[in-house]
Amino acid sequence: MLTMGGFYTLLYKEVLRFWRVGFQTVAAPILTALLYLLIFSHVLEAHVKVNGIGYTSFLIPGLVMMSVLQNAFANSSSSLIQSKVTGSIIFVLLPPISYLELYAAYVLAAVVRGLVVGTGVLLATLGFGSLDFVAPLWIMIFAILGGGILGSLGVIAGIWADKFDQLAAFQNFLIMPLTFLSGVFYSIHSLPPFWQHISHWNPVFYMIDGFRYGFFGVSDVSPWHSLGVVGACFLLLTGLTLQLLRSGYKLRA
Amino acid sequence: MQSPESALAAIRVEGVSKRYGQIQALNGVDLEVQRGEFFGLLGPNGAGKTTLISSLAGLTRPDSGRISIMGRDVQGDYRAARRQLGVVPQELVFDPFFSVRETLKIQSGYFGIVDNDDWIDEILANLDLTSKANANMRTLSGGMKRRVLVAQALVHRPPVIVLDEPTAGVDVELRQTLWRFIKRLNQEGHTIILTTHYLEEAESLCHRIAMLKAGKVIALDTTENLLDQFSAHTLRVKLSSDAASESHAEKEIAGGWQTFPFAEFAEVETLLARLRQSGQRIDEIEIGKTDLEDVFVKLMQGQGH
Repeated sequence: MLTMGGFYTLLYKEVLRFWRVGFQTVAAPILTALLYLLIFSHVLEAHVKVNGIGYTSFLIPGLVMMSVLQNAFANSSSSLIQSKVTGSIIFVLLPPISYLELYAAYVLAAVVRGLVVGTGVLLATLGFGSLDFVAPLWIMIFAILGGGILGSLGVIAGIWADKFDQLAAFQNFLIMPLTFLSGVFYSIHSLPPFWQHISHWNPVFYMIDGFRYGFFGVSDVSPWHSLGVVGACFLLLTGLTLQLLRSGYKLRA
Repeated sequence: MQSPESALAAIRVEGVSKRYGQIQALNGVDLEVQRGEFFGLLGPNGAGKTTLISSLAGLTRPDSGRISIMGRDVQGDYRAARRQLGVVPQELVFDPFFSVRETLKIQSGYFGIVDNDDWIDEILANLDLTSKANANMRTLSGGMKRRVLVAQALVHRPPVIVLDEPTAGVDVELRQTLWRFIKRLNQEGHTIILTTHYLEEAESLCHRIAMLKAGKVIALDTTENLLDQFSAHTLRVKLSSDAASESHAEKEIAGGWQTFPFAEFAEVETLLARLRQSGQRIDEIEIGKTDLEDVFVKLMQGQGH
């Protein structure tokens, strides 16, 4: 059962938490994405076109979505590990908050941070390329579902990790490779057949490809196909995260 | 079927056991705390006090047994049970992103209470925190952070309040402020469960006391009865240093003081006569009551009746 009290307060607190340290949680990733854009577009803009689109314009949606995903993961995972390590998780575990409310609040706050950073990256990079926004609904659907998936993964990582080192390993050896090797910087059609095949097993590829479709109306695979994969991943991870929270794994002895 | 007393119980613990690996933290604990009681839960480190409190609060799931708070099962009806309970944790924990007032408003919100400013102001005033209401938690001293933990446990006006070593490492002023406020809440009908290593606090505050050892309740009685189980008084004498060394004292204390337990005042004359007969010269005499610490030590050493 979802009651507004516990859920709404936890959501508010999680959003306020990242907003209080906005330089670190919002401004820094926007600057990082902008630097990627400046460097890659300077080197490749004159030489590369993807599906008839200039490289800088092609890159912008990829960077936006990558920022959404990485920051959604960072929000839920860092909040949980920090409160576990300091012991302040007790303030969330003592009140009558259901596991469903915990899940919804942490993941929704992760989506909010992802969207705030993603919007910031979009605004900061808009003047460098030419974006068409041909299907805004697809843009929103993939941003929200992608943020939800990485927010759920963040909850899982935050619950599983006992120390910051373990969380960093999860982030650097799983999340980073999945996002960097997902077509943010290239179309997978430019890859050799073997790597194209491998890329089709990376769910982040479908998030980026579907998201980019919303801007240009062209993509490596059908947006419906991407929606199917992303939707299935979301449901699967939601189920897994809810099961973890319900069992009290590493939260309630 | 529950007895009328059980139905009135603030806390009811039935056959609760919990094992962590090789350690049996709780071993078939049965306990009832009546509504409005000021109840002490004592025991050495590792006795199972914190595990029992964690089980009450739903932070730990017992391997077996059942716990209810104000008649609400802590597992099956956890939402209702947690609304009845306020816990002041032992560890000094805080969320560094927020001020004191924000912390309390957020904690209220977790319990579904939106407009709680009047009660928050009252708690802040009673815990001498008003001047720190807008200070960030990071900037507070340890004692102030401890006060905020107490305040957080009270924001939803729980009928049952658990204080897990609330005065560990805090100054005299906070202790006095805290106990004044907690006593008032107890007089207003709140049930208080206290764990502490300061046994004089438990003796002066608690109506009833349970003592835990190795996960079992080894004593459960009123504070008065526990004290009466052992010699209720002690005779302390300081013997002259040049006197003969023979003594029948229960324990010798540095500086020549010796302690003799007795039950009735009529025994004092006999004790003094015996000392005179053995050739000892008494320089000073004190008569005192056996305190909870004596009872605690004897029970933990297995000398209980």
